[in-house]
Amino acid sequence: MTTSTTPSTSTAPRGANLWGVGSFLLLALLLFVVFPLSMDVFRLGLAAKYLSLAFCAAGIVLVWGYGGILSLGQGVFFGLGSYFMAMFLKLEAAGNADSSSGTALSAFFGSAGLPDFMAWNSVEVLPWWWEPFHHVSFTVLAILIGPPLVAFVLGYVNFRKRVGGVYFSIVTLALAAIMAIMIIGQQGYTGGVNGITDFKTFLGMDLDTERAKFVMYFITAALLLLCVAIGAFILRSRVGRVLVAIRDREDRVRFSGYDPALFKAFIFAVAALFSAIGGAMFTLQVGLASPSLVGIVPSVEMVIYAAVGGRLSLIGAVYGALLVGWAKTFFSENFVEFWPYLIGALFIVVVMFLPTGLAGLVDRLRGGFLRREGR
Amino acid sequence: MPGLILQVDGLTVSFDGFKAVDDLNFYVEQDELRCVIGPNGAGKTTLLDMICGKTKPTSGTIKFKHLRLNEMIEYQITRAGVGRKFQNPSVYEDLTVSENLDISWPKKRNVLGSLFFRPNHAMTEKIESVATQIFLQDQLDIKAGLLSHGQKQWLEIGMLLMQDPELLLLDEPVAGMSAREREQTAELLTGISKGRSTVVIEHDMAFVRMIAHKVTVLHQGKLLAEGSMDQVQSDPRVVETYLGH
Repeated sequence: MTTSTTPSTSTAPRGANLWGVGSFLLLALLLFVVFPLSMDVFRLGLAAKYLSLAFCAAGIVLVWGYGGILSLGQGVFFGLGSYFMAMFLKLEAAGNADSSSGTALSAFFGSAGLPDFMAWNSVEVLPWWWEPFHHVSFTVLAILIGPPLVAFVLGYVNFRKRVGGVYFSIVTLALAAIMAIMIIGQQGYTGGVNGITDFKTFLGMDLDTERAKFVMYFITAALLLLCVAIGAFILRSRVGRVLVAIRDREDRVRFSGYDPALFKAFIFAVAALFSAIGGAMFTLQVGLASPSLVGIVPSVEMVIYAAVGGRLSLIGAVYGALLVGWAKTFFSENFVEFWPYLIGALFIVVVMFLPTGLAGLVDRLRGGFLRREGR
Repeated sequence: MPGLILQVDGLTVSFDGFKAVDDLNFYVEQDELRCVIGPNGAGKTTLLDMICGKTKPTSGTIKFKHLRLNEMIEYQITRAGVGRKFQNPSVYEDLTVSENLDISWPKKRNVLGSLFFRPNHAMTEKIESVATQIFLQDQLDIKAGLLSHGQKQWLEIGMLLMQDPELLLLDEPVAGMSAREREQTAELLTGISKGRSTVVIEHDMAFVRMIAHKVTVLHQGKLLAEGSMDQVQSDPRVVETYLGH
């Protein structure tokens, strides 16, 4: 058998396995050992924030890199996860407030157990769809099932009608805009432009302590690695090969006996699940669910994370989110006005000169190294 | 009618008033190798497109065994046992030869099945044997995009062999091939058409003579003549409209 010398973009030739496991372990080492040891709580909190967004970037690698579907609306699913978690935290906070000094007053106004922003907006009764978010089990299920279900149905309906490519990107873009507008418009039920914030505890655990922050960071890192592993499992399965085939020649795939709409909707749902988990972890750590993380701009930023990291590499996407996140923090601290231009320029440069992102660059360097070594 | 695997009756399709296929009847028997010839625009490719579900007929019926193909969509038709090879080689260029064959293996084609599907012994053996048949046994780990034009044609035939369809539809399988490749392909096709029914569209008369059992001539979407190669070639109408110039 001859061996292929072409750089691998889709599936792994021999040796790539070891490389994949190696880079996964390296990332784990970085997240679990290097970061916690080298950073203070504030910096670690920033890392946690970027890692929450890395869930979305990993999802985008699946849908865009492998499925060929450019979704500009991952913020919607991130937002759903984030808001579901915020609703639970807010209800817990409102319940706690009752047991303290505010009880008599709020009982008098008939707003016992009501989130503060509802009272400010003269919403007097908790809306029925808020009720189940009193329960942590419902909240977790809602985060894990809701967004993927929405994504699957939305995706399947579009893909079955063969709405794809740029047209589907526009659909997702519109969705992100609608979601942000809806949240802002329904202030009494969603907290409006301020979002939902001012939580104190999660299941009785004080979220402001240093210990809680460490615990949350480790949970986030572990969940992120789990998502990367799940993504890698999917890509290594036959679904991964069918996705590449669909990206390549969707029409032909039908004549191999597959329903491409189902596969595309599936991977879109998986990406939505990742984003939703990221959103929930974001809210737990940053203490906020905001429409500014749902709309078009954050959704496009998530695509940039994946593009910079490498749209064919799940692990690359994590690095992309960390790097762009840090760059954003650094530059927006120093040149506030200038940041959007910088990130725009970064996107253009990456797409034009590094279409496979940093991961592609590393692969190319590695390829050169291996060739030299083999001589 | 016994022994018929494909029955096409009164098939018509019109594109903006232009009838690419016009009230066509077309029957293929079990295990038959049929060649369809005709000048450009005769409706040959459109006929195959309608059988495999790529194009929806305006009227008429297509029956494959007991199934009405004209009421089914592409992947259902494929799963029912109809395999299609396109005119331009359509292989998955970002996948390797072996992966192209792998995803053509006709098992576990739903999402969950594919997710937990692991290559088994039967499939690996089949891939090896098909690769040998299509002369690509040494190229299994090469990206399909790097194959030559002729090799891509073979790979696509190989993908169909993995699918193991009862009815095989081939659109110009030797287009763009060298003389030597043509010969190999003719051999390949006679080999694989054993035990299944095959419809081949071809322009190359020498090639048709090499493989065909029976020839159908289409002209302007209509059936012009049908019979053995010799009968068809001596038919004055055929000579006039097609072979004459």
